[in-house]
Amino acid sequence: MRRAAVLGTGQTHHRTRRTDVSMAGLCREAIDRALEDAGVDWPDIDAVVLGKAPDLFEGVMMPELFLADALGASGRPLLRVHTAGSVGGATAIVATSLVRAGVHRRVLAVAFEKQSESNAMWALSVQPPFTAPIGAGAGGYFAPHIRSYIRRSHAPGHIGALVAVKDRRNGALNPYAHLRQPDITVESVQASPMLWDPVRYDETCPSSDGACAVVIGDQEAAEASERPVAWIRATAMRTEPTFFAGKDHVNPRAGAEASHALWHAAGITDPFEQVDVAEIYVPFSWFEPMWLENLGFAEAGHGWKLTESGETRIGGRLPVNPSGGVLCSNPIGASGMLRFAEAAMQVMGRAGDHQVAGARTALGHAYGGGSQFFSMWVVSDTAPASA
Amino acid sequence: METVLAAPLEIGFDYTRSLGPVLGRFMTGLRDRRVLGSRTADGRIHVPPLEYDPVTHAPVTELVDVQPTGTVVSWTWTDRPLDGQPLDRPFGWALIRLDGADTALLHAVDAGSRDRMHTGMRVHIRWSSSPHGHIRDIECFAPGETAAAPAESGGDPVTIMTTPIRLAYTHTTSPEEGRYLRELAEGRLLGQRCPVCRKVYVPPRVCPADGVPTEEEVAVSEHGTVTTFCVVNVPFAGQRLEPPYVVAQILLDGADMPIPHLILGLPADEVRMGMRVAAVWRDRAEWTTSPTNIAHFLPTGEPDAPYESYEDHL
Repeated sequence: MRRAAVLGTGQTHHRTRRTDVSMAGLCREAIDRALEDAGVDWPDIDAVVLGKAPDLFEGVMMPELFLADALGASGRPLLRVHTAGSVGGATAIVATSLVRAGVHRRVLAVAFEKQSESNAMWALSVQPPFTAPIGAGAGGYFAPHIRSYIRRSHAPGHIGALVAVKDRRNGALNPYAHLRQPDITVESVQASPMLWDPVRYDETCPSSDGACAVVIGDQEAAEASERPVAWIRATAMRTEPTFFAGKDHVNPRAGAEASHALWHAAGITDPFEQVDVAEIYVPFSWFEPMWLENLGFAEAGHGWKLTESGETRIGGRLPVNPSGGVLCSNPIGASGMLRFAEAAMQVMGRAGDHQVAGARTALGHAYGGGSQFFSMWVVSDTAPASA
Repeated sequence: METVLAAPLEIGFDYTRSLGPVLGRFMTGLRDRRVLGSRTADGRIHVPPLEYDPVTHAPVTELVDVQPTGTVVSWTWTDRPLDGQPLDRPFGWALIRLDGADTALLHAVDAGSRDRMHTGMRVHIRWSSSPHGHIRDIECFAPGETAAAPAESGGDPVTIMTTPIRLAYTHTTSPEEGRYLRELAEGRLLGQRCPVCRKVYVPPRVCPADGVPTEEEVAVSEHGTVTTFCVVNVPFAGQRLEPPYVVAQILLDGADMPIPHLILGLPADEVRMGMRVAAVWRDRAEWTTSPTNIAHFLPTGEPDAPYESYEDHL
C-alpha cells in the first residue's frame, strides 16, 4: 500500500457543556483548526469520514445526514463510522485506508460527541425486558474487571491514584483539556468519593462536549506540506464479542492481537524501547497498567510497575497520555481520535506545553464497547522505509 | 410450544439542542413570530437556515426576514396522524416555499380534506398560542393569505431548545432465551451447551465464540461463585436500587460464563472474590418469565472457592 501521513490536527475546547455551539458548530471548530494546521483548504479535501458513538447520546438518528453540509461533504464522499468508544480511532483509520489504497489524496476525518444533549449514564443503562435491573453505567461495567486486574497482578492499591494524578496534571498543560488540575495529589484522589468500588471519582473520566479532526494525506500531499507531518507507519483494528465463555476482560485477546499486528506492521520489535510516547484510551485510571500489558509494553502482571516507577510521566522512558488523556477530556465519539491526534502532534513537534522532548515515534490507541473494539496506529516523524 | 417471548420497551429522554448562532437567531425569531432565512454566497435564501454554506463551506452569518405566507410546491396527505405529529386529525404534508425564500420546508397543512390540497396553493403560518423559541412555535400551516402580525420581542435570545424523544419498541427474545425464561418461571435455571466449544451458556444464545446456536439443554445450579464484583455507590438516572449495593459476576455451578447479579444480605465491604453464593428466589406467586424471579444472591457460608477455580472466568 501507499504511504500516508497526518497533515494536520484540530480539536475543540472540551467542556461539560458547549451550549455556545450546535453539533455542526462543534465539529467545525475542530475541522477549521485541522485544515489550518494542515495548511489546506476545502478544495484540497477529497472525502470526509465522520465518527461518533451511539446516536442515543444526542438523540439524533444518523446525524451525518443533517451534518453533511457543515462537514463540507457536499459534492464529496461521506462515510460514517461507528465502533462505540473506539470510533474516533477507527474513523482516522478508515480515512488512512482510503489514502493508502490510492482512492483519495486528502481525506478529512472528524469525530464528535455532544454529551450534554442527554445523559450518557442513562443512555448506557437502558434496560431491555427480560433482564435483571442491575446495570450501573460504564463505571459499573468496568470496575469488576479492574478488581480482577488488581487480584491477578497483585498491584498495590495506590496505582490508580498515581495514574489520575499524572493525567490530570498533564491535562493542566493542555489548553484544550476539559479538566485541568495542576494541584491534584495522590491524597486528594484517595479522598475523593468511591463511585464504583474500586473506582474513585477522581479516577473516572468526565462527560464532555468536544470534537477532533485530522487531515490525512498521501505521500505527495505530505511532501508538499510546508510543516512537519506525522507519517503513519501502521494501523490495526480488531474486534471480539463483548461476552463469551473464557473472555479475558483484563487482557482482551482482540487488543493483544491488534497490538501484535500493529508492531509487526510498523517493524517494531520492542515497543517499550522503540516508542517514545503513547496516548492510550484510559477512561478509568487503572486501565493504564492494564493496557500497557495488553499492548505489549510490559509483561502481563507488570504494567503497574511502569506506572509506579514514574516511567509513564512526561520525562519518563514511556510517557503515557501527555495530553491528559480520556481522564481529562471525554467527548466519547472524539476521544479515540484525540488519542490518535495527540500521537501525531507529538511527532510533528506541535504539542505545546505537553510536548515530549525528542518524540519521534508515537502510539495512538482506542477501545470501545465492553472491551470489544480496538483501534490503534503508530506515527513517526520520518516516512516508513517500505510502504 | 411457542417459545418466543415479547414485551414492550419504551425509552425516552428530553434531549436538548444547543442552537449556536444561526439556529439560535432562527428560534428567537419564531418566538417573536418572525421567520428568518440564511443567505448563502450564491444569493439564495434558505429556510430553515443553513449554518454553513454548502458551496463555499463558510459559516453563514447573514439572516433575513421572509414572509409567513408561502406556496405549496408539492404535497401528500395523511389520513392517520401519528403521535408527535403537528396535528391530530388528517392533514397534508407539504413542501412550502415561503415568500422571500428560495428553498421549501416540510410542514403540515391543516386543509381539512385532501381535495382542498393542491400544488401552488397559498398557505400561511398558524402560530402556536404560546411561542417560546422552539420549532413547534410554527403549529402548522393553514390555507389562505392571512397571517398574524409579528409579536413584540419576547426577551432574551434563545440559545437552547428541548426536544423530548420517545421510542417504543417490541423487544422479542430468541427461542433459546424464551425457553430459558419459561423454565425460570418454574424456578429452574436452564443453560445450553455449544455443540462446538462445549461451553454452557446461561442464558442460552448463539455461541459468541463459534457463531452457532447452542442446542443441548443443561440444568444449571442456583449455587455459584463470585468471580469479581463492584460496589455501586453512585446514583444515576434510571437506577432501580438505592446505593450502595454490590453487582457481582457469578459463575453458576455447571455454567461457563458468569451472570451479573446482586449480592445482598451482608455489608458491601464483606463481599469477596471467590465467595460462594446461592440464589434467593422471590415468592413463587410472583414468578414470571423474568430473571427478577431471583431477587438477589446470598452467601452460602461454604468456604471460598480457590482462585484457580475461576481465574479463567475473569
